[in-house]
Amino acid sequence: MSNPTKERGIVHYYLRSTSGIVGAVLLFIMVAVSLASLFKFTPHDPLYQDIENLLKAPSSNFWFGTDNFGRDVFSRTIDGMRRSLTVSITAVSIATVVGVTLGVIAGFIGGWFDQLVARVSDVLFSFPAILLALAIVASLGNDWYDTAFAIAIVYTPIFVRVARGPVLSVKEMDYVKAARILGYSTPRIIRQHVFPNVTAPVIVQIALSLSWAILTESGLSFLGLGTQPPNASLGLMVAEAQPIAAFAWWNLAFPSIFITIVVVGLNLVGDGLRDALDPARRSS
Amino acid sequence: MLRVIPGNTITAAFGIETGMLTEDQLADLRVYYGIDKPLIAQYFSWITSFLTGNMGYSYSTGVPISTLTKMALPVTIEVAIIGTVLGVLMGVSVGMFSARKPGSIRDFGGQLFGLLALAIPGFVLSTTIVTVMANKFKYFPNAFEYKAPWQDLWMNAQQMLFPGLVLGIAVAAPVMRTTRSAILETADKDFVRTAYGKGVPAKRVRFRHVLRNSLIPIVTMTGIQFGYLLGGAVIVEKIFAMPGMGRQIVDAIEKREYATVQSSVMVFAIMFVLINVVTDVIYRRIDPRIK
Repeated sequence: MSNPTKERGIVHYYLRSTSGIVGAVLLFIMVAVSLASLFKFTPHDPLYQDIENLLKAPSSNFWFGTDNFGRDVFSRTIDGMRRSLTVSITAVSIATVVGVTLGVIAGFIGGWFDQLVARVSDVLFSFPAILLALAIVASLGNDWYDTAFAIAIVYTPIFVRVARGPVLSVKEMDYVKAARILGYSTPRIIRQHVFPNVTAPVIVQIALSLSWAILTESGLSFLGLGTQPPNASLGLMVAEAQPIAAFAWWNLAFPSIFITIVVVGLNLVGDGLRDALDPARRSS
Repeated sequence: MLRVIPGNTITAAFGIETGMLTEDQLADLRVYYGIDKPLIAQYFSWITSFLTGNMGYSYSTGVPISTLTKMALPVTIEVAIIGTVLGVLMGVSVGMFSARKPGSIRDFGGQLFGLLALAIPGFVLSTTIVTVMANKFKYFPNAFEYKAPWQDLWMNAQQMLFPGLVLGIAVAAPVMRTTRSAILETADKDFVRTAYGKGVPAKRVRFRHVLRNSLIPIVTMTGIQFGYLLGGAVIVEKIFAMPGMGRQIVDAIEKREYATVQSSVMVFAIMFVLINVVTDVIYRRIDPRIK
């Protein structure tokens, strides 16, 4: 990425994709409200129980209404969004670093290490994501970093696979053989000749994995295995809204809409990035 | 791996009274449950008996896990099959609909459907359906015993319709995207242009030439999704109070019943392998070139 014209090119191509722009806008709004919550700029305290305002419909004071404890649904929703994003970003960061490192090294050096890494990720792959995360969270605990760690384990194999694939074909290329004959060290070959070939698929994968991580995190919270009450989390809010949703729809609707918006946003950003980073798709 | 959970079967079974048991009693109980031996020995005794069909006993109820699984597995398999069938029907038709005119309004509509189906989590959809149905139509998910379709078709339909629909929508999204891109790719091929040139009716070209040759990626995606449905059913089974495998695992995790969790997860892994075999067989049927 040291070449400035190339970098400008990617932004340029990204902005040509409509879905990329829409996704970036949606994602920007969600990140902005999360940051507002992080710096305590919520209209109300997300945990404060205002017993004089139970189950109030949305109004100018309570934008998204209040829940059955008199807590402000808007403040709780953006606080929940912040928690979901924190867990997902942590999880996907771990998965990316560990998965890409393992995938690149295993693919490049081959041999028994490659076999080991590939088989272990195959085994992890053969479990449905939510089930695996569920089992890991049950064995670790309910703190946010436990959830993040569980999701990281579940998504690491994806990054191993995404990184290993291109490495396997690149390492047979003439320029890599040439670099080896020139006597370059293995770390240098990996850094300069192999790694740049995996960045594009990995970047796309990060956006998509973030969206799945948010769905997994909210699913775990919904089952009571993620964020614990009284803290707010989007999945937990949906679970708590279930018994009261019939007469207080705002409790169910707003957290649901927020999850959907952030996942749609991330998927659109993923599509936009794929179009921008893939030279074959640029022509259109 | 699950053994790392603090607490064990004894603390789960006796609760806070565990503290009142003497050291001798605790040792006896450990022998009784077989958790006195080292982990590796426990693992080997479990894997050897699993292979002979003995999946162990549920600690809390004393019922053999194979009996529990025999009751729970059909529920999960049926809902996963219904979900997959509905998902493929929706996904392939919306995908074909979308791919007819790329970039048009209908393509936009189809893609929007795909995106929303992908982004709305199953638990949101299920909760919404349960709320609306209970409120407007006085329909409640029932916790009655599972009835197979040949035992009580009406009851079975009541139990399966909405969970199947929720899972179906989750499957429809990736199937729709795969269908759309596979069809767009095939539609560019020379033999399609030849077929149109020969004067083959457009409808026949779309189904016999284009769809037929786009099936491989669609089947692959469906196979993957069917596998994930078995796991995704965890949440849906909980909301719709269905006595399936997903609930069996969640309950077992809560009760710290390692044997149940291990054996149930093993059943899932076996199902995964079976699905892969079935997908391979289907490949051969659609494309005779694959040997």
